[in-house]
Amino acid sequence: MSATVHLKHPLPANYPRGAWDEMIAADGQVNPSWSHVAAWLGDLSPEQAGATTAEIRRLLRENGVTYSVHGAPGGEHRAWQLDAVPWVVSEHDWKIVEAGLIQRAELLDHILTDLHGDQRLIHEGWLPPELIHAHRGYLRPCHGMRLPSKRQLILYAADLARGPDGRMWIVNDRTQAPSGSGYVVENRGVMTRALPRLFHRTGIRRIAGFFRTLRETLESFPAHAGAREPRVVILTPGPQNETYFEHAFLASYLGYSLVQGDDLTVRDGRVWLRSLGGLEPVDVIVRRVDAWFCDPLELKEDSQLGVSGLLEAMRAGNVAVVNHPGSGVLENPGLMSFLPGICRHLRGEELILPAAATWWCGERKAREIVLSKLDRMVVKAIHRAPTFDTVFGATLSQTELQQLRDRILAAPECFVGQEQVGFSTQPCLNGSAIEARRGVLRGFATSTPDGRYVVMPGGLTRIASSPDALIVSSQLGGVSKDTWVQGNDAEPFVSLWSEGAEAAAEPDARNVPSRSGENLFWTGRYAERAEGTARLLRRAVLSFVEAMGDDENQLRRHREILMGGLLGVTNAAPIHEGEEFAAVSDEEEVISLLTQANRTGSLAGNLRSFRNAAYTVRDLWSPDSWRVIEGIIREWVEDRPPAPRDLDDYTDPLNRLIIHFTALLGLNLESMTRDAGWRLLDSGRRIERAQFLLAVIRNFLVEARPAAEEQLVMETVLAASDSLVTYRKRYRTHPRIELVLELLLMEPNNARSLLYQIQRLGGNIDRLPRQVEGARLSKEQRILVETSSRLRLVDLATLTATNGGRRRKLEIFVDHMGSSLYHLSNALTLTYFRHADRPHFLHG
Amino acid sequence: MRYRIRHRTTYRYDVPANLCHNEARLRPLDLPGQRCLKWRLTIDPEPEFHRTRLDSFGNHIDYFAIQRPHPELVITAESEVEVTSSGQLPLETGGPWDSLRENLRSSKDPASLDARAFALSSPLIPVLPELADFARQDFPPGRCILEAVGALNSRIFHEFKFDPDFTTVATPVLEVLHNRRGVCQDFAQLMIAALRSLGLPARYVSGYLETLPPPGKAKLVGADASHAWVAVFVPGQGWLDFDPTNNVRPGERHITVATGRDYRDVSPLRGVTVGGASHHLKVSVDVAPLV
Repeated sequence: MSATVHLKHPLPANYPRGAWDEMIAADGQVNPSWSHVAAWLGDLSPEQAGATTAEIRRLLRENGVTYSVHGAPGGEHRAWQLDAVPWVVSEHDWKIVEAGLIQRAELLDHILTDLHGDQRLIHEGWLPPELIHAHRGYLRPCHGMRLPSKRQLILYAADLARGPDGRMWIVNDRTQAPSGSGYVVENRGVMTRALPRLFHRTGIRRIAGFFRTLRETLESFPAHAGAREPRVVILTPGPQNETYFEHAFLASYLGYSLVQGDDLTVRDGRVWLRSLGGLEPVDVIVRRVDAWFCDPLELKEDSQLGVSGLLEAMRAGNVAVVNHPGSGVLENPGLMSFLPGICRHLRGEELILPAAATWWCGERKAREIVLSKLDRMVVKAIHRAPTFDTVFGATLSQTELQQLRDRILAAPECFVGQEQVGFSTQPCLNGSAIEARRGVLRGFATSTPDGRYVVMPGGLTRIASSPDALIVSSQLGGVSKDTWVQGNDAEPFVSLWSEGAEAAAEPDARNVPSRSGENLFWTGRYAERAEGTARLLRRAVLSFVEAMGDDENQLRRHREILMGGLLGVTNAAPIHEGEEFAAVSDEEEVISLLTQANRTGSLAGNLRSFRNAAYTVRDLWSPDSWRVIEGIIREWVEDRPPAPRDLDDYTDPLNRLIIHFTALLGLNLESMTRDAGWRLLDSGRRIERAQFLLAVIRNFLVEARPAAEEQLVMETVLAASDSLVTYRKRYRTHPRIELVLELLLMEPNNARSLLYQIQRLGGNIDRLPRQVEGARLSKEQRILVETSSRLRLVDLATLTATNGGRRRKLEIFVDHMGSSLYHLSNALTLTYFRHADRPHFLHG
Repeated sequence: MRYRIRHRTTYRYDVPANLCHNEARLRPLDLPGQRCLKWRLTIDPEPEFHRTRLDSFGNHIDYFAIQRPHPELVITAESEVEVTSSGQLPLETGGPWDSLRENLRSSKDPASLDARAFALSSPLIPVLPELADFARQDFPPGRCILEAVGALNSRIFHEFKFDPDFTTVATPVLEVLHNRRGVCQDFAQLMIAALRSLGLPARYVSGYLETLPPPGKAKLVGADASHAWVAVFVPGQGWLDFDPTNNVRPGERHITVATGRDYRDVSPLRGVTVGGASHHLKVSVDVAPLV
């Protein structure tokens, strides 16, 4: 820290550094590890700064990196924020952090093991019993449980900040289900793209090796009989969770199935995944659900996020839950006051990383100290409690201090007082300005198969919300930074995939949870429904913008038909709820169908459903597919246009939307493995495309109209089903009803025809698991055979015949086809998406 | 005394349950003064998976799962238990309650360290000043602990009305305190809450009580029930039982099945079913003395 270099670049003159800064040393010189960053900052014009920030934002957005605001209605996803300036940590400093985190992980592992075993630390007086028993993370049913590994604490994270003595201090321990490591990978990916030269000049260690070790550790747990490697799943609370993005990211990065509680079931004392192929054994569960929610039988009985019987399966030795369900007990600031003693007792050494002086109020002397200096203390609960946030005594009034004192005295064992420590600042870009803000770094460690600990050379830095803010929220929202650890890696490049790992991947339905299959199916359905609706709405918008028809009368009549058909096809709810026949202008109606997301049948509503289904299987999309999905969501679901606007303004967005959907279909066809999940996605598309087509025919072509009118209507039908060009090329004539119907219903080479959808469905369904039962056809296959033969045998002349101004035979035929497809969808649901019934609790 | 105990629980589902996971705490404990001589658990239908273990309180747990549709589940626990009483400790034993509480805080012996966990609030039993106030009249400074706890035991018996219609398994302790009525479980939890609010370790005991038929009548089969009472920790003596529902110190007529922080730790049966939407529950208990 003492050596400084004299740069050819001056210090960034406009940097209002704090009193104690990471980049600028006490003597005013740039710290050597920061020299390249300081030089870059010094040269950075406000325009460049703004452009870099914008580029980072674009890259994050493109990758769909989000953090959900907890409790936000509808599970709104907030874009992840990354500051352009990294936190640079020197090789020397990092060595201490690394050694300190390893020491602490080993110590915490020892405590975790002891507390769930013979509790010598309590019986020998190193830990007071109340500190453990009053903590919500201490779960009695987990006592006596052990993972079949050398270490019980597999994943460990700690928040660090640089204290006034220049050393890195421990702020928090994270052991329940440490989050943030996935965001580190995303941050790193974006930084290397946004600032490649700065990255390489600074000489930064890579982080991928950490994840390879994690994989090795997870895959070192015992596998079920007959398997070479254990099946690992990541258990998430679901898309409503604030770090769901990370769960999905890690699942696809590490190559494991992402599951929710009801994807799993316990039978015969072991855990099974409800996959599209049936029940498959699970050996390792990476738990991102808090332990208390993990098993309704023994823990929180009304939990919807867990698996009944999970703890017993773990006791039986049939599944490893990582981290150990009792690991939450270590997230306890009260431990800070006992760790130095335990470290000396067990290891005969001091803690490498200091922490703020901590007094646990369960001890009388400590309590008296806290209460006597309450106005200078930081008061924390020993566990994260919804009813108590960390309090700074200095900010409280006399009345509030008295209330805090009463609160502590009512349950002193639940509180600690800590001295308030001022941490260092570091440069950040706020728009084009450079500011100094406080930062906290979350470091990560994982155990290795042989029981050592490995620390990720990097981490997730979060910065305070403003230059004068003293603390950094422990939540992951807010602005993050990449952490650059200087030094050389032992290996130049580490692939996440170790040798031969690819061979073990099971390319079939056994790894796809039924729920993922269902969400893929509905992603396909909503994508088609939205696309069809968009095509029809584009036609409607066009009818207002361009004159369609030969005269005013015809124009009006065509628009009437169009509006009626639009409402019929979309099956939209009335624009004003409860007012079936309110007078609404056609423009108002179209704009509402475009934008009103809470209106059933509207385009915006379908897109929102599409987003929700696609987001639930976030782990299964390729980066390119997600980019397209993200493009759709951004324009239509998140940055909703300020309605109402001029109808013409919708033409371009509608064109873009349709192109996006076409691109998505292409990507789905080209870049997805033809596994059971893909077949369900495609089946969803085909069923919906067929149903949409049938609805268009039913609403536009069943009623026979005067020739000139019918011309326009048939053009609309062809446009809505993207077959106008095909028709013109093929028949080179004005639309004629029998030709239109031939092209839309029976033409096997028209990718939009009903027959084509039925054939595709046949191809998909025959290859789904559990369809082959010897010579017997499955229910799905029987429906398809019946539908397909009826379609092939239909006589077009009969369908086009009119009687009393209606094509009655066409109507019957279309309804019959529609109901067959409806039954097919139900049959698929029954076969593949059967969810566990809701559990019920018994007392006796 | 020797007893033969039969505890039968029947769940009948409206729609057959497809899968159920259960935890039974039905096997009587082996304790000083109590021995479980015979034990048999019969589950109908036969479970596909069944394991036994001890929980962190030392209770016997049977975990079992039935993995095929079943319209009914019958669990029958049969045991033979010998209870011997070495006579009650004199009330002066243990010394003054307040100095005992101070000693406990600086205690080093493992039993006392483990017992301290039972002076904290637990999921069903809060520690509150109001509950300490309720107990205080029986706990003047310097009073012998057993005398004080005995007085509280007796006061709950006299001031509270036994009323099976008033409470459920989920009735909060404060509600019992305010309405002065409940069943054995409520009285036990109230007394535990009061003791803990004074800083004394107290635990919940579940088991059986031999009931005597009214004079001149024959004892009805199945008329007994699960019972609950309280134990307070006295250093050097261990856990000493009190039964506020009957105003007695349990002796040879109380049979202990499980102990824990509150009802939730000792409930005889807990289960989760999949399918079988609603169910009817029938419990019958027989405690027959063997001569």
